[in-house]
Amino acid sequence: MMTSTDFSAFFGRKRGRNGFDWTDALAYTYLVIGILIVLLPVVWMAVSSVKSQAALGENDPRILPYDQALVTPPNGGRPLGVFTLTRENGTVEEVALVAPRGANALVYALSKPNETFEVPRKSLTRKDVLQPHFENYTDPTIGQASTFKFLRYFWNSTFVTVVATLLTLLTNAMAAFALSKYKFRGRDAIVLIIVATLLIPPTVILVPLFITVQSFGLFNSLWGVIIPAVATPTGVFLLRQYMLTIPDELLEAARMDGASEWKIFWRIMLPLALPALAVLAILSVIWRWNDFMWPLIVLTQSEVFTLQLGLSTFKGELNDNMHYLLAMTVLTLLPVTLVFVFLQKHITTGIANTGLK
Amino acid sequence: MATLSLKAVTKAFGPTKVIHGIDLDIAHGEFIVFVGPSGCGKSTLLRMIAGLEDVSTGDVEIDGAVVNAIPAAERGLAMVFQSYALYPHMSVKQNLSFGLENLGTPKAEIARRVDEAARMLRIEPLLARKPGQLSGGQRQRVAIGRAVVREPKIFLFDEPLSNLDAELRVQMRIEIGNLHQRLGNTMIYVTHDQVEAMTMADRIAVLRDGRLEQFGKPLDLYNRPANLFVAGFIGSPRMNFLSGKIAGVGANSVDVALDGGGTVSIPCAPEGAQPGEAVKFGIRPEHIGLTVNGAGDAALAVTLTEQLGGESYLHGALPSGETLSMRLAGQTRVARGDSIGLTLGEPGFRHLFHTDSGLAFAPLA
Repeated sequence: MMTSTDFSAFFGRKRGRNGFDWTDALAYTYLVIGILIVLLPVVWMAVSSVKSQAALGENDPRILPYDQALVTPPNGGRPLGVFTLTRENGTVEEVALVAPRGANALVYALSKPNETFEVPRKSLTRKDVLQPHFENYTDPTIGQASTFKFLRYFWNSTFVTVVATLLTLLTNAMAAFALSKYKFRGRDAIVLIIVATLLIPPTVILVPLFITVQSFGLFNSLWGVIIPAVATPTGVFLLRQYMLTIPDELLEAARMDGASEWKIFWRIMLPLALPALAVLAILSVIWRWNDFMWPLIVLTQSEVFTLQLGLSTFKGELNDNMHYLLAMTVLTLLPVTLVFVFLQKHITTGIANTGLK
Repeated sequence: MATLSLKAVTKAFGPTKVIHGIDLDIAHGEFIVFVGPSGCGKSTLLRMIAGLEDVSTGDVEIDGAVVNAIPAAERGLAMVFQSYALYPHMSVKQNLSFGLENLGTPKAEIARRVDEAARMLRIEPLLARKPGQLSGGQRQRVAIGRAVVREPKIFLFDEPLSNLDAELRVQMRIEIGNLHQRLGNTMIYVTHDQVEAMTMADRIAVLRDGRLEQFGKPLDLYNRPANLFVAGFIGSPRMNFLSGKIAGVGANSVDVALDGGGTVSIPCAPEGAQPGEAVKFGIRPEHIGLTVNGAGDAALAVTLTEQLGGESYLHGALPSGETLSMRLAGQTRVARGDSIGLTLGEPGFRHLFHTDSGLAFAPLA
């Protein structure tokens, strides 16, 4: 863990040897702006996820979750909104609004709930109280009424992410092994073609890919999401570049030791390529977890929805459950964020080692 | 029992031919050293024997069976690499047992052989460590141990000592020699260091540009080099060569008039000797003698004296401009600028070569 001196040294880094250079000012300005651009939407989302539907509906600009204070009238019935009444002589009193009467409003003072009277509406200001709505989180997850099946979607997303990542690692590593350690005619051309597919935007192959998936009977199946995503040019290239740095003599030594080619791959190549595999694993987890467009096309039944698809159901033509959407988005972000927090060291070192940016 | 034969073996990388047809027969239990300057093809030849390189034409035979098509993993040989090539993610113990696991050896047997090899090579305390935590000499031992546990038919060593410092190299040279004594296996050892070749080998194969220049016992190569290249390569400092012309041909000797003046008689079979033919006269530094009064076969203007205490080397130029080195036992007072008289060896230590072909005149039996 970082100690406090580490932190101050890290955050106090500067170019000027004594004091603050003007380039330091530029650098820090740039960094701070960058942090705000990246972080603000996430912070806003997290904070807003506990606001009430009403507060979100009226675009309440306050950071904390405020709601109008409510009070139940003495004779029971619908709760009434609480307002602060400022009289012309300057006295202040809390009142409950019973009903509007044109430019006036029928209210009663909270201290004397049985005496209603009329006041000008201009003299009333709404009284808000701090009220976080954690039911935004609990309703769609453990609440029974919701159509949002959190656990089902969570399981689907996890299944897709884990299986696709494992398959990605296996197949890309095998391709990278062949392309880095075996000499055969056309090897460089194959590498070039694989890398060149990075130039093709995914939307271009959407239709043919869909037809392929459908003709294999994978429509509305999680495997229809997993299998097309397994082979990635980025992964093959990243692993190949790393494997090129592993000395051939190790493989030859293993061959002299009587190891089969599969065993060389499994026992020598994979363990030594672990840093690059870690990078690809993290990338794959993030890709698969956040993927929206392809699951949207392949999956149409809510039983096989991933979390990302489930989230989209909150924002329909006729309903707008912004409060649930925000809360569930926060939950959806958590797993990838945790993966990233714990493995980001591998990403930076791994990417440095593979010579990629 | 493991014998090895190379039959007209060649190797070409695309249009580049690197091995030009080598024939070699190695008996069981021999310690063979392939020696030659860098780029002579000695490592390629070793890798062809190992099965790591394909043979372009010709046959590699182990125990009389052609193994050209058998992959390295199934030839039953073991190799020690120049870089050691230890598996960096495995402990020393795993490094040693990896080969045996691949062969399906029972666990108890693996443990027994690993322990035995570790004891023999004195790496027992290191078994739990990773190669990255070992010194150069320790890694070298582990690499040898990895070969030893396999109990291979033939050991192959590819310049195994070139990454060690001088002192450790001498020590490991002795240990590999002892290992050969103890195991009695056939060993093939590649080096560019002729001292290693001379001290370790039963027989030496001298290679140059993909051709076998001479194959024989170390002292045979030293005493009866087949050509100018072997004569110059074996022995340190290298043999002196002086140009001359054949002045006379006797029954068992040839007289040569040196271009630098003087005539020497070389006992050899004079077949093919033509009076007037350009030849090279060869004499090793240790066979040149110093005359007392400055007379002798030749006069040398000393340009450099190297005093090693137990022996001394004099380097200088003959009147013809040709340079010459000589070795003196003990210490000397001769200094730079002195002019001294030399005797060009006892007749038995003289060598004669055709200038054109480089081949030696056959010595008398």
